[in-house]
Amino acid sequence: MNRFFILVMAALLASGASAAAATTPQVVIRNDAFSPQTLTVTTGTSVAFVNRDDDAHTATAVDGSFDSKGIDTGGVWRHTFTKPGIYAYFCTLHPFMKATIVVKAAAQ
Amino acid sequence: MRRAAFLEHVAWTGAGIAYSLGAGGLMAGRAVASASAQTVDFVQISDSHIGFHQAANPDVAGTLAMAVDAINALPSQPAFVVHCGDVTHLSTPAQFDDARAVLSRLRAPLIALPGEHDVLGNDFKPYLAAFKIPGSKPGGWSSWDAKGVHYVALVNVFDFEKMGMLGNDQLDWLAKDLVGVAPSVPVVVFTHAPLYALYPDWGWTTADGAAALALLRRFDRVTMLSGHIHQVLTHQDGNIVFASADSTAYPQPKPGTAAKPGPVTLPHDDLLHAIGYRTVRLGATPAFEDRALG
Repeated sequence: MNRFFILVMAALLASGASAAAATTPQVVIRNDAFSPQTLTVTTGTSVAFVNRDDDAHTATAVDGSFDSKGIDTGGVWRHTFTKPGIYAYFCTLHPFMKATIVVKAAAQ
Repeated sequence: MRRAAFLEHVAWTGAGIAYSLGAGGLMAGRAVASASAQTVDFVQISDSHIGFHQAANPDVAGTLAMAVDAINALPSQPAFVVHCGDVTHLSTPAQFDDARAVLSRLRAPLIALPGEHDVLGNDFKPYLAAFKIPGSKPGGWSSWDAKGVHYVALVNVFDFEKMGMLGNDQLDWLAKDLVGVAPSVPVVVFTHAPLYALYPDWGWTTADGAAALALLRRFDRVTMLSGHIHQVLTHQDGNIVFASADSTAYPQPKPGTAAKPGPVTLPHDDLLHAIGYRTVRLGATPAFEDRALG
C-alpha cells in the first residue's frame, strides 16, 4: 500500500498535477473584503473565490471580462484566467469591496 | 413581546441620532406613527431578499408573507403596493418565482422596482420576466399619474461600481417627463438605492443622484422613498421629503456604527420589530406610518 501510494505520488509529481492541485489559488471573501487584495497567477490558472461571509457577494471585473454573479454564503466560484493582464474587480453588491488579480504569461 | 425586548428595540431604532448631511441634517429612526390614519394612498415594502437563508432571518418568505397578510388586512386598501427592490437575494428565476408566489397574494396591485440583488451579472431578464412595470421604458423606469399625483419609479442599480447610477438616458427621460407637470402637483419618486449620499462608504448613495434632485427642485412637494439600507431614515431637504424604508427580511446597522453593512442578527421577537412595511398618506404634508411585523 505504501509503495503503491509513493508510486502514485511520484507519477503525479512528475506530471505536475498534484503540485497544481495543492496550490490552487484562492481569494477568500470575509467581512466585506477580498483576501488577498492582490493575487498574482499565471495564465491558465483557475482561481477559487470562496465566500466565507454572512452575506452574498460577487467578483466582477471592472472591464467586464468576468462576473461571478451571486456567490452565496459558503459558495465557491472558479474562474480560469487565460490572458495576461491586470484585472481590477469588485463586488456589485458592495462596491467598496475592491481587489486585483494579476495574470502573468506562463513560462513556455 | 417581553418589555425588556421592547426596550432593546427602542434602543435599536435609536431616534435622536443625527447624521450630518448637507444643511438639512439627517434624522434616524421611525417616522412618527399616526394611529388614526383611516385611508392609505399606497403602501411601500422593500428588500425582501427571497433566497436569503442565514441566521439573521431563516424564513424571509415567511416574513414577507406576514407583511402581505398585514397589508391585505388594512381596513382601507391602498391604491397600490410599491416594492422598492431587492425582491430576491441572488436574482435566480426560482427566487423570483418564490417571490411572486407570496406577492401575488396582495389584494392591491403591485409595482416592483429592481434592486442590485435582482440584476446580478447585469442581467435584467429574470426581473423583467417576473415584475416588469407595465408601460415602463426598456431601462425599467416609468411614471404615471393617479389622483392628482405624479409618480416616478427610477432604476439606479446598474453600474454599481459607481455606487449606483441613474445614467444620462434616464436623466434625460426624467427631465422630459417632468416638463408637463405643474409645480403644484405632488411628485412621488421611488428608487431602490437612495438618491442622497447617505453613507457612500457603504455604497448607500447614487453617483448622479444630485442631477435628479436638481430636476425636482421646482415642485412644491416631492416625496422620495427608497429601500436598500434596511432601516428608516428620514431627511427634509427643502421641498423634498426623503424616507428610506425597513426591509421585510432583516435590518442592517445604522450608518457607520459597525465595521460593515450587512445582515444584523437579532432575537426573533426583536427581528419582527425591526422589519415591516410603510403606509403612506399624501396630504398637505406626507404622512408615513412604519409598521413593524411584531
